[in-house]
Amino acid sequence: MKNLISMRDLSVDKILQLLKLAASLEKDPSQINLSRRVMAAMFYEASTRTRMSFESAMKRLGGEVIAMVGTSGTSVEKGETLADTAKIMARYSDIIVMRHPMEGAARYVSEQVDIPVVNAGDGANQHPTQSLLDLYTILKSQGSLEGLKLALVGDLKYGRTVHSLAYALAPFKPEFHFVSPKSLAMPNHILSDLRKMDIQFKETTKLDKIVNSIDIMYVTRIQRERFPDREEYEKVKNAYIISAELLKNAKDNMKVMHPLPRVNEINTDVDSTKYAYYFDQAENGVYMRQAILATLLGEAK
Amino acid sequence: MKVLKVDAIRNGTVIDHIPAGRVQRVMAILKPRSTDVVMMGMNFPSKAMKKKDIIKIEGRELTQNEVNSIALIAPHAKVSIIRDFQVAQKSTVQIPERIEGLVVCPNPKCITNAEPMMTIFNLEDSSSRELACQYCERVFTADEMAHV
Repeated sequence: MKNLISMRDLSVDKILQLLKLAASLEKDPSQINLSRRVMAAMFYEASTRTRMSFESAMKRLGGEVIAMVGTSGTSVEKGETLADTAKIMARYSDIIVMRHPMEGAARYVSEQVDIPVVNAGDGANQHPTQSLLDLYTILKSQGSLEGLKLALVGDLKYGRTVHSLAYALAPFKPEFHFVSPKSLAMPNHILSDLRKMDIQFKETTKLDKIVNSIDIMYVTRIQRERFPDREEYEKVKNAYIISAELLKNAKDNMKVMHPLPRVNEINTDVDSTKYAYYFDQAENGVYMRQAILATLLGEAK
Repeated sequence: MKVLKVDAIRNGTVIDHIPAGRVQRVMAILKPRSTDVVMMGMNFPSKAMKKKDIIKIEGRELTQNEVNSIALIAPHAKVSIIRDFQVAQKSTVQIPERIEGLVVCPNPKCITNAEPMMTIFNLEDSSSRELACQYCERVFTADEMAHV
């Protein structure tokens, strides 16, 4: 594996290898030493969690980080092409982690430089490290990825994370419940892909009917900026609010996940229940990103 | 008697059944050499297409690869190789497995529309005529791409 650009490039075997390494690094990070290695974070748009999670992952394995955050005051503002900026970064570092608002930017950079490139989000296209940390989180909380019942809740139309997760889980024969307002339902091309793969799913607008039968509830934020019409947003914004009361008869192993930041879709009274797992999920991101960095830098045994 | 609106050619290539209005885009892809004698016909009446465009290139036989490169713009084009005023070979166009640098990605958020770089499309499904952008990963039908 030279780069990590898209989940489409990863075989199931490769995914399982990364999951195994993440688990092993969580137990013992000292097995990998990235000292004198430099990670260049090229962030063309703001991101707190992803960037800091990568920095933490690199530093905890003994590596160093240089960062470009936003384009203000950089050579990009002077009109430098993405290819040139990336080629310079490649002279300063051993691995590039990049986020860019344009779709396909990371793939393009990976063709321009000789060092490994990790896609930390390219517009609405891919965010493979999020998908992998979600898989790791599900595996860790359930002990297996096989045959789980999952509810994906909230904005299923525009939510890149839920689209990617649906594909990433497909090889493990999940059963999906897609829970959303009608106007934010899972896009048809994804439903038709799932049918082709023989994946079981149901679409519903009612969360309370299925909450007691699922293993994972993956909640996403309904984003105001997605709605051209303010009135439409007001209609659906509070459609699904997860409370401790809603979860009172959930299965013992059920976990609530959320890519964060949350606004109001999960009540804070859920945080202290055994179902809350979104902060663990964020922490798992560090272990998964350690596994990715170690693998791409050729240090994974 | 059939009246020819453009001269018949002795040797070369005739591309017929180009959708009306697209002849210049086809020419842009075929990039004629400065020595090529080229006739372009626009808005010819056609039974099947109502109106069509035609190209005749004197003295040059296009290869199947060159011909296939126009498949997105002129999917139903008929290509004839002419030798000594006779049709020596007839073929249709097929969308190639990989199309480099010929068409614009219809996704405005695609990096290919922001950087000075070449587009690359890979054929996903030849029966539904769908292509995927190598960069933004979006899948488009050939017809969607031809209109950009």
